[in-house]
Amino acid sequence: MKGLYLTIALSPLLGAIIAGFFGKTQIIGRKGSHIVTIAGVALSCVLSLYVLYGFMMGNIESQSMDLYTWLLSGQYEFKIGFLVDPLTAVMMSVVTFVSLMVHVYTIGYMHDDPGYQRFFSYIALFTFSMLMLVMSNNFLQLFFGWEAVGLVSYLLIGFWFTRETAVFANMKAFLINRVGDFGFLLGIAAILYYCGSLDYGVVFSKIVDVYNAQTTIEIIPGMEWYVVNTIGILLFIGAMGKSAQIPLHVWLPDSMEGPTPISALIHAATMVTAGIFMVSRMSPIYELAPAALGFILIVGALTAFLMGLIGIVQTDIKRVVAYSTLSQLGYMTVALGVSAYNVAIFHLMTHAFFKALLFLAAGSVIIAMHHEQDMRKMGGLKKYMPITYITSLVGSLALIGIPPFSGFFSKDSIIDAVHHSSSSFAGVAYILVVAGVFITAFYSFRMFFLVFHGEERMDEHTKSHLHETPKVVTLPLILLAIPSAVIGILVIEPMLFGDYFTGPYLKALLVDATSPIHALGELIHEHGVMGMIVTSFSHPPVWLAISGVVAAWYLYLKNPALTGKLREKFSAAHFVLEKKFWFDELYIDGFAKGGRKIGAILWKVGDIKLIDGLMVNGSAKAVGWFSLIVRHIQTGYLFHYAFSMIIGLVLLITLFVIL
Amino acid sequence: MSDWLLSLVIWLPIVGGVYVMLTGHKDSGRARQIGLAVACVTFVVSLSLYTGFDSTTASMQFVEKASWVSSFGIYYHLGVDGISMPLIILTTFTMILVLLAGWDVIKKKPEQYIAAFLIMEGLMVGVFAAMDAFLFYVFWEGMLIPMFLIIGIWGGPNRVYATIKFFLYTFLGSVLMLVALIYMRLQPDINSFEIAAFYNLNLSLTEQIFIFLAFLMAFAVKVPMWPVHTWLPDAHVEAPTGGSVILAAIMLKIGGYGFLRFSLPISPLASQELDWLLIGMSLIAVVYVGLVALVQKDMKKLIAYSSIAHMGFVTLGFFIIFSIMTPDGSINIKEAALGVEGAMVQMISHGFISAALFLAVGVMYDRIHSREIADYGGVANVMPVFAAFAVFFAMANSGLPGTSGFVGEFMVILASFNANFWIAFLAATTLILGAAYSLWMIKRVILGKVVHDHVEKMEDLNRRELILMVALAIPVLVFGIYPDPIVEVMHVSVENLLQHISTQLTVAR
Repeated sequence: MKGLYLTIALSPLLGAIIAGFFGKTQIIGRKGSHIVTIAGVALSCVLSLYVLYGFMMGNIESQSMDLYTWLLSGQYEFKIGFLVDPLTAVMMSVVTFVSLMVHVYTIGYMHDDPGYQRFFSYIALFTFSMLMLVMSNNFLQLFFGWEAVGLVSYLLIGFWFTRETAVFANMKAFLINRVGDFGFLLGIAAILYYCGSLDYGVVFSKIVDVYNAQTTIEIIPGMEWYVVNTIGILLFIGAMGKSAQIPLHVWLPDSMEGPTPISALIHAATMVTAGIFMVSRMSPIYELAPAALGFILIVGALTAFLMGLIGIVQTDIKRVVAYSTLSQLGYMTVALGVSAYNVAIFHLMTHAFFKALLFLAAGSVIIAMHHEQDMRKMGGLKKYMPITYITSLVGSLALIGIPPFSGFFSKDSIIDAVHHSSSSFAGVAYILVVAGVFITAFYSFRMFFLVFHGEERMDEHTKSHLHETPKVVTLPLILLAIPSAVIGILVIEPMLFGDYFTGPYLKALLVDATSPIHALGELIHEHGVMGMIVTSFSHPPVWLAISGVVAAWYLYLKNPALTGKLREKFSAAHFVLEKKFWFDELYIDGFAKGGRKIGAILWKVGDIKLIDGLMVNGSAKAVGWFSLIVRHIQTGYLFHYAFSMIIGLVLLITLFVIL
Repeated sequence: MSDWLLSLVIWLPIVGGVYVMLTGHKDSGRARQIGLAVACVTFVVSLSLYTGFDSTTASMQFVEKASWVSSFGIYYHLGVDGISMPLIILTTFTMILVLLAGWDVIKKKPEQYIAAFLIMEGLMVGVFAAMDAFLFYVFWEGMLIPMFLIIGIWGGPNRVYATIKFFLYTFLGSVLMLVALIYMRLQPDINSFEIAAFYNLNLSLTEQIFIFLAFLMAFAVKVPMWPVHTWLPDAHVEAPTGGSVILAAIMLKIGGYGFLRFSLPISPLASQELDWLLIGMSLIAVVYVGLVALVQKDMKKLIAYSSIAHMGFVTLGFFIIFSIMTPDGSINIKEAALGVEGAMVQMISHGFISAALFLAVGVMYDRIHSREIADYGGVANVMPVFAAFAVFFAMANSGLPGTSGFVGEFMVILASFNANFWIAFLAATTLILGAAYSLWMIKRVILGKVVHDHVEKMEDLNRRELILMVALAIPVLVFGIYPDPIVEVMHVSVENLLQHISTQLTVAR
């Protein structure tokens, strides 16, 4: 098995190395670069699916294996290794499948770009890093993968490095992620201190002792916190950075400066879900940390609701999808917050398919529109781009949760879990996530109608060139549309209520009588998946989704004049949303400028005035001043020297005589 | 061969340097070749220190001892352990790069330039290998002379101010150290300058504090620690590229080495008494100096400040050990080792990364003769290969896992958490600050559009420069992925050191 897992992880890396270092040579070239990287990722995708299948059939056992000792210091041993269990297998399959689709799509999307080889090298490197992250059996390697995907994200957001906005966005993304990683690293340090190891297996068993001993830590004097809660929150701060939760979400919309394929791969389907994966992986810790779960629930619910609101006022097609991603990540986080980890992973998976689809469809539109991203200049694309149109419709229906599309099952399960949760924050969270359903439907179909229906608002030149995009672009759309439509109905039973998520590392993912999705499980058990669909029509979410679509239809197709009036009437609210709650202003003008100001003060006052001016040059001056006085003694006249020598001699002799 | 191996590593470059100086003025091409050959041979010879090293013992290896000034008990006594051996190899490795870096850039008296570096190499190795305190002092002072000359002769326009500042700072520290050494030599139960003999002096706490402070002046200036750090940015800015590389990669490490070899084992009580001071200064280095680095306009100054911030982890790792105690008041060696070894890894890694960053600035400086960030922008457009290395080393500088820059900081932060949450918290701010100043510089220098005409004319790396970059990228990556080989050789020495300190603490109580 070790060989198999190594092949899965390393074959994309090999492709990345070949394309990256030799892509510009004659032998490899542009074509060779996409062949090697696609071959590498395809191999790892096929093998990942094989592993997933093996787990479903029960032929493969969960296994943790060490590869080598990274470092040994004192009593601490840091090892690199793999942990492959059902959770990992799902992540591996999702990552490599979406990655493969994006690789193929890139052939069309980046066709004329001079950085073609570099791009393929980066996305293959990303796939490797992400696999290292999900396959890790220890916190060290997790952190390596965690930061490595951040690095590749940095490189890809700034892929078009001559654009000022892109190089600003990539720095912003990296730095905000570093704020999250700051918490994450402290969490890891806490784990090492309290559990004595970074290996998952050891940590998950030791943490129980820490919990039972009710160990506390006093970070702020006079306030004793349970260690497990503290660890949970510190680790989650890392997840807030990577999975773009409020207040560390601001980098994700700006990351849209990168080429669209990576928005689909990194900033929708895989990397941003790393935080969700991490919390699920750490479920044995979080199950002992109720306060941390409460914190997670609130953060997730706020993200789901507020980011959806901002999505309503965006005019850039990619930014709408980006805010939608933020909001959906909030939903996943909510699921984590109510201990429904398997539901979070389920939504992560369906979301990976339909959101990658929506991004790639948006990219297809952008190609057709000659790199125009403003929806106000689109409209009526339905007749020019039938494949993009239909696949977008599938993606949108899945996103807003209309049965029987995949998103319905995952999102409805989340809402149901919140509904049945015993968490003290569940009431508030429930209102926020249910309201979020209407908002999601509204912004999604606002975008859908603005782009594909209504009057054609583009200029004549663009219009005359409009046509469906080439096969390398539409094929991934179709291949992603299929799971977006059907994956939910197929896997909800085994994934949520079967014994799929079992194994030594996944105890907390089991569904038992106390689980918030227990009721849903019984429903499906008795009436099957159809029962869930039928029952859903007696609950608000589906109706809210439908009314969201209707509202969008009315405001943007039927009666567009009303939209302007509404905007004027609610101009204050609109302004708040356009300003995105002023988070950017706070960070850029507050923290970034503030940091530079403090740095400048420390430098000019601390270093230059006090240390150099007072201490260094001051002592130099003092020496100078002293020597100025002493200098008077050194007159240069011989008799002065002779005279002082005689006096000195007399003094010395006197001294000796007395002694 | 092991009987005179260390002497060979010390004297080969010194003799080679003198030879180049005396004969090289006629044919500078030949002087360069001889110089490089000497450096390469020295490196290869020094590698046998690693291959022949026995990592199961804490006692000194490759020992040589001969009487030097017998009436004062001064010996020519050399030897290495797991702490000094990696630093010696770092020195001999870096010297090859330094000579290559100045290859066709130094036009003024190249043979003397090469000679200065070679002689300095021998003296620096001597510092790490000396087991006699007086011999150490001679090498310590001696190595400064070539450095003054390098900055003073081949330096920038403001070189005289920088040299004097550098000289005064380091000299003041050195003199106090000499006083401390002589004081210890004059103790009744001692008859030599052996460093090891100083370890077992029964000094009172007051005596130890004075000795500790005297050493602190010498070593804190070298590291440099806040607030005696301001000479470093000035020295770097004026020094030629090679000088900066040696300064950052090796000379700063001598300060760190001093703490391990002298301060901690000779004055353990004082070290424990004053650890709050050292930890405080280290954390100020990380946070305060990190913020100062953010606002620098000169690339070399920025990297210099970044060096100070990174060296903060070294001193933090050393002095955190007194907070990692067992209930009975001795040091918890198995846990504290993480801090000391992390600090050592940080020193070695910083040697590679800072060398690479200064070389990268040198590469750009050689093209348009400016170090100002504002004079660049969009370099990636004209120098794509160089840009890839610049981004890589900037990432390493900001401690990206998978590069060596991560390992030391990671270990020290983990060890700090053991001591106190807030120490780890402040140390971990480097994650944000380090990335901020490194990447902001990358953004302004490497990325973006070309806005200046002179940037348009910059050519990508030539073969020599490419070799330099690759030669540094490899260890940064390899030790990031697999750091165990570096740490493995130092385990026994570090644990022995900690054991000694711990015993002294318990005995005193």
